[in-house]
Amino acid sequence: MAAISMRLPVVRKPVGPSGPRGGEKHLVAPGDTITTDTGYMRGHGTYVEDEKLIASVAGAVERVNKLVCVRALKTRYNGEVGDIVVGRITEVQQKRWKVETNSRLDSILLLSSMNLPGGELRRRSAEDELAMRDYLQEGDLISAEVQSIFSDGAVSLHTRSLKYGKLGQGVLVQVSPSLVKRQKTHFHDLPCGASVILGNNGFIWIYPTPEQKDEEAGGFTTNLEPVPLSDREVISRLRNCIVALVTQKMMLFDTSILYCYEASLPHQIKDILKPEVMEEIVLETQQRLLDLEG
Amino acid sequence: EDLRVDGRGCEDYRCAEVETDVVSNTSGSARVKLGHTDILVGVKAEMGTPKLEKPDEGYLEFFVDCSANATPEFEGRGGEELGSEIASTLYSVFSSESTVDLKSLCINPREHCWVLYIDVLLLECGGNLFDAISIAVKAALFNTRIPKVRVLEDEEGSKEIELSDDPYDCIRLNVDSVPCIVTLSKIGYRHVVDATLQEEACCLASLLISVTNKGTLTSIKKVGKGSLDPESIFEMMETGKRVGKSLHIALQKILDEEESLGTSRQKVGFLG
Repeated sequence: MAAISMRLPVVRKPVGPSGPRGGEKHLVAPGDTITTDTGYMRGHGTYVEDEKLIASVAGAVERVNKLVCVRALKTRYNGEVGDIVVGRITEVQQKRWKVETNSRLDSILLLSSMNLPGGELRRRSAEDELAMRDYLQEGDLISAEVQSIFSDGAVSLHTRSLKYGKLGQGVLVQVSPSLVKRQKTHFHDLPCGASVILGNNGFIWIYPTPEQKDEEAGGFTTNLEPVPLSDREVISRLRNCIVALVTQKMMLFDTSILYCYEASLPHQIKDILKPEVMEEIVLETQQRLLDLEG
Repeated sequence: EDLRVDGRGCEDYRCAEVETDVVSNTSGSARVKLGHTDILVGVKAEMGTPKLEKPDEGYLEFFVDCSANATPEFEGRGGEELGSEIASTLYSVFSSESTVDLKSLCINPREHCWVLYIDVLLLECGGNLFDAISIAVKAALFNTRIPKVRVLEDEEGSKEIELSDDPYDCIRLNVDSVPCIVTLSKIGYRHVVDATLQEEACCLASLLISVTNKGTLTSIKKVGKGSLDPESIFEMMETGKRVGKSLHIALQKILDEEESLGTSRQKVGFLG
């Protein structure tokens, strides 16, 4: 039986974080004057007009001694060394792969930064170059870490650990990079039965927890067995919870996703995306997080 | 196993929001938001001469504009091909005699008739365009108010058309038989209704069928570069008829609910 729900539109405000928490943030919109004091150096996101420092992006003002810059709230991913990213291969070039990571320029994964299967350590030869397409093709998803940043801002990735590599079956959710909280680890095994990788670039990968850890594979063999229905239900529910948190502009980290999952259990999976149910579970999540802090 | 990525079953639609009378200078308008897909339809009634082969009927003209805001591919003239494809689909859907009562649009046979210019604007592309457009067109036609005209005959025989002074004196169209398009996308061995952008990227072939509220089909169209087995086409048609009937019931309920709120309804519009 088809379930079709139509409704009349209602004005809704996001119930996410509103009001100052732990210090006022000076928020500006493009065109707002930050200061009329000429003693400051202007950083990113600002420009000078008529001796006034004016913001060019919408975000929070950051002041470091004499440098004033505006950090935008909704922006493309700006790489920092040590970040975990989830990306999609767009091109296979001579000695490297181009990876799309929701940043201004495509990221680069050099052949020398990739682990060979079996964990060998040797110089990459011409045969390795010709066999590049066997490892990673266009359209594959990988998890990697940022190794360095080029002068033009492009990010160089590496997969020099067994926990990085090609991703198998799962669900990708694309969110804004500023909503992913920086934590010690971005690979989480949630107790509900699925695992999640929170990429700093806003790509979130949800996948069924593998039963045993394959250490020899190094992340190249993909498991194409059909995923059982119970796992798929958990993954769909997590995906809807993440979408709900993002719509209400809540920060994403393992605790918030877990609390949101637990708050959504009384509802059906497809109902989570209804606006009123979304508000209800996000409010409950917010409440539990505040109780945890205070 | 009836489970898609967002938890819906294969025959479930996403949550839809319908609002009519959003554009004030049209005869009728509607805005439909189906997930991330946002469609605005405006209907303008103008006087014109009937077509030669149908002298006692009015007619409908469709125009689809893919706004560049919808997706980056529509930049410049990128959206023209999709726009003309959608417009030709709408023409074929409404080509059947029974969909709209065109005889009621006639003022003077062979001389004057009402022409309904239906303009569709794609504001945001989030998958499943055809369904959302057909829902919006039906809602806009339901909302259309065509002013009543009287034909006065002079002594010499020349006819004059007089528009009534009362702005609320108008005729409404009967949209009971207006069909809605149901898109069935084939993914793997199953078919789904209301595909999102990711599901559309995975589907090789889809079937567009237009269904009236009684379950009769007015047109069928296959899109996509894959092929469809004749057996699966029959299955998809049965599913489409079933889903189409429930779609009409849900849409009519919401339109009646909106109508019953009357002039005291608070319009949300675009700045909500």
